[in-house]
Amino acid sequence: MLAFIIRRILQSIVVMLMVALLSFTLFRYVGDPVVSMVGRDTTFEERAALRETLGLNDPIVVQFGRFVKNASMGDFGISYEQRRPVIDLIAERAPATLELSFVSGLFALVVGVFMGVYSGLHKDGFLSKLFQSVSLVGISLPPFLIGILLIYLFAVILGWLPSMGRGEVRQLGFWSTGFLSFSGLISLILPAITLGLFQMTLIMRLVRSEMLEVMRTDYIKFARARGLTNRAVNFGHALKNTLVPVITVTGLQLGQIIAYSIITETVFQWPGMGYLFLQAVQRVDLPVMGAYLVLVALIFVVINLIVDFLYYVVDPRLRMEGGAVS
Amino acid sequence: MSEQLLDVQDLRVMLPTRKGLLTAVDGVSMSIAAGEVLGVVGESGAGKSLTGAAITGLLEPPLYIANGKIELEGKRIDNLSYSKMRRIRGKQIGAIFQDPLTSLNPLYSVGRQLVETITTHLPVSDAVAKRQAIDLLKEVGLPAAEARIGHFPHQFSGGMRQRVVIALALCANPRLIIADEPTTALDVSIQAQIIRLLKRLCREHKTAVMLITHDMGVIAETADRVAVMYAGRIVEVGPVKDVIKNPHHPYTVGLMNSIPSIAREVEWLTQIDGAMPRLNDIPDGCAFHPRCPHAFERCRRERPNLIPMRNSQAACWLCKKEGADEQRQ
Repeated sequence: MLAFIIRRILQSIVVMLMVALLSFTLFRYVGDPVVSMVGRDTTFEERAALRETLGLNDPIVVQFGRFVKNASMGDFGISYEQRRPVIDLIAERAPATLELSFVSGLFALVVGVFMGVYSGLHKDGFLSKLFQSVSLVGISLPPFLIGILLIYLFAVILGWLPSMGRGEVRQLGFWSTGFLSFSGLISLILPAITLGLFQMTLIMRLVRSEMLEVMRTDYIKFARARGLTNRAVNFGHALKNTLVPVITVTGLQLGQIIAYSIITETVFQWPGMGYLFLQAVQRVDLPVMGAYLVLVALIFVVINLIVDFLYYVVDPRLRMEGGAVS
Repeated sequence: MSEQLLDVQDLRVMLPTRKGLLTAVDGVSMSIAAGEVLGVVGESGAGKSLTGAAITGLLEPPLYIANGKIELEGKRIDNLSYSKMRRIRGKQIGAIFQDPLTSLNPLYSVGRQLVETITTHLPVSDAVAKRQAIDLLKEVGLPAAEARIGHFPHQFSGGMRQRVVIALALCANPRLIIADEPTTALDVSIQAQIIRLLKRLCREHKTAVMLITHDMGVIAETADRVAVMYAGRIVEVGPVKDVIKNPHHPYTVGLMNSIPSIAREVEWLTQIDGAMPRLNDIPDGCAFHPRCPHAFERCRRERPNLIPMRNSQAACWLCKKEGADEQRQ
């Protein structure tokens, strides 16, 4: 078990180094950082001096080493556009994105699992067929369209929910939260649904097919033959056996939610990291783009790590053999 | 004790398909006395397992019971609701399935699965249930039961897992156990152990067993009475000694001849020619007549019912003929 943890963490570090290399290449070679920093009337000598002080004449390996060292301490340089440290910009925006992602992930997981279990148990019921049709919509419509449709229906026609922004935000230390005010909470509803709908339908379809599969197994028949209650059979025995693939997909999809909140944040004018990234792309703000890349990769890596540990918790077969086999 | 523990009358199980209704089990009647071992034997698809599933109320839709009644200790159980039937399953009728490797949930320890079953049916605390579970595991011959109760199914061998499955079937002390091919998936060397264990436990607990198998040898060793099934019907039923020594139905004769024996030295293993008819293709008259070496005109036209012989019953016109001949003489 310990060997497994250490191996996984080492693998994660390798992955992060690869991403850091990409990010480093991005800002070192897409355009000239010196040109981006100085004004038009800077002399050639001044530019050369700046190049020297910035260390841009050092060997590439040394520069990369410095980049990794700084990045690991959270220093991604200064935004070309806003003239402020990138890490501050991201720290300001991260709570908005993380709260949105958390709520939509929770929505996708809870509603998806519930609908999946229901339609797996009653596969010919009316509701299951309805869920199946709804899920087709969720899978096939792009999120920006869903977002606009939701805004049109709930904000424009019905006027029930706000169409943009985070509502009232309270400050808890460095963390700005929308959870503590009514307007903050209702502002979360539409973007969370928009962002999580695809994941919800994915989870629902996965749980449904896994449930159908598991219900056919001998141990479910035997559990019934032992006279266990329906609840014990369906939720104790069947659902738990569907969890391993569900954890895999949910983990990966949670990463997707955070990484691809860009579109939803744009549609809802949500002041999060995705919105920041989009602005950075438009203005070729390379340090922000590079930092965002590293951050998203970090989130993916951490989630994958957590997913691997959850397998261990759920499946005793891995607990026993995993250390030796994998 | 003349009162029957289980009484099945004219059970008919139907399977609706796109091409119409098929009869999977056709008018099966059987009874099991308390403590008795009834062997049910036949080829794959003869309806043995479906009969068992119908008794436990676990027929898989779209299969359904179209006719007949099933009584347990004089009370009808075939028309009970799912939740009432659930209370009978495990508590009064236990079940053992073919494949011990897949009968246990891989994510729970065997102890948890035992405790869960015990507390579902008996009003005992988890701690008491756990003690009972350890006793049961000892009873089924699991070495170091205290230590192994927390182990997961994949940590046991096939034979050990089937012992756990038997413990699970016995844990609420049912009156009847339906054992569907309990040894088929096991090594031959383990099969005998498991059969002996099952037999001993059922004698000690006074539990009746319906032993479903295609292995005539297991039946001969274990059962008190035997019912031979073919194409959804019982073709011969009687005390195991009579049926084995003096089989009347040509199908039973064929089954007996197919058991290889060390005593007889043969070049070829005998088999019954042909295959059992599919459900949508059961011939008129006696279902066995296309494969029967003795078939005659009446077998093609009319379907025989069970005809009482000296100690057993057989559904074969030959028996009628013999009986008539005997009467004429």
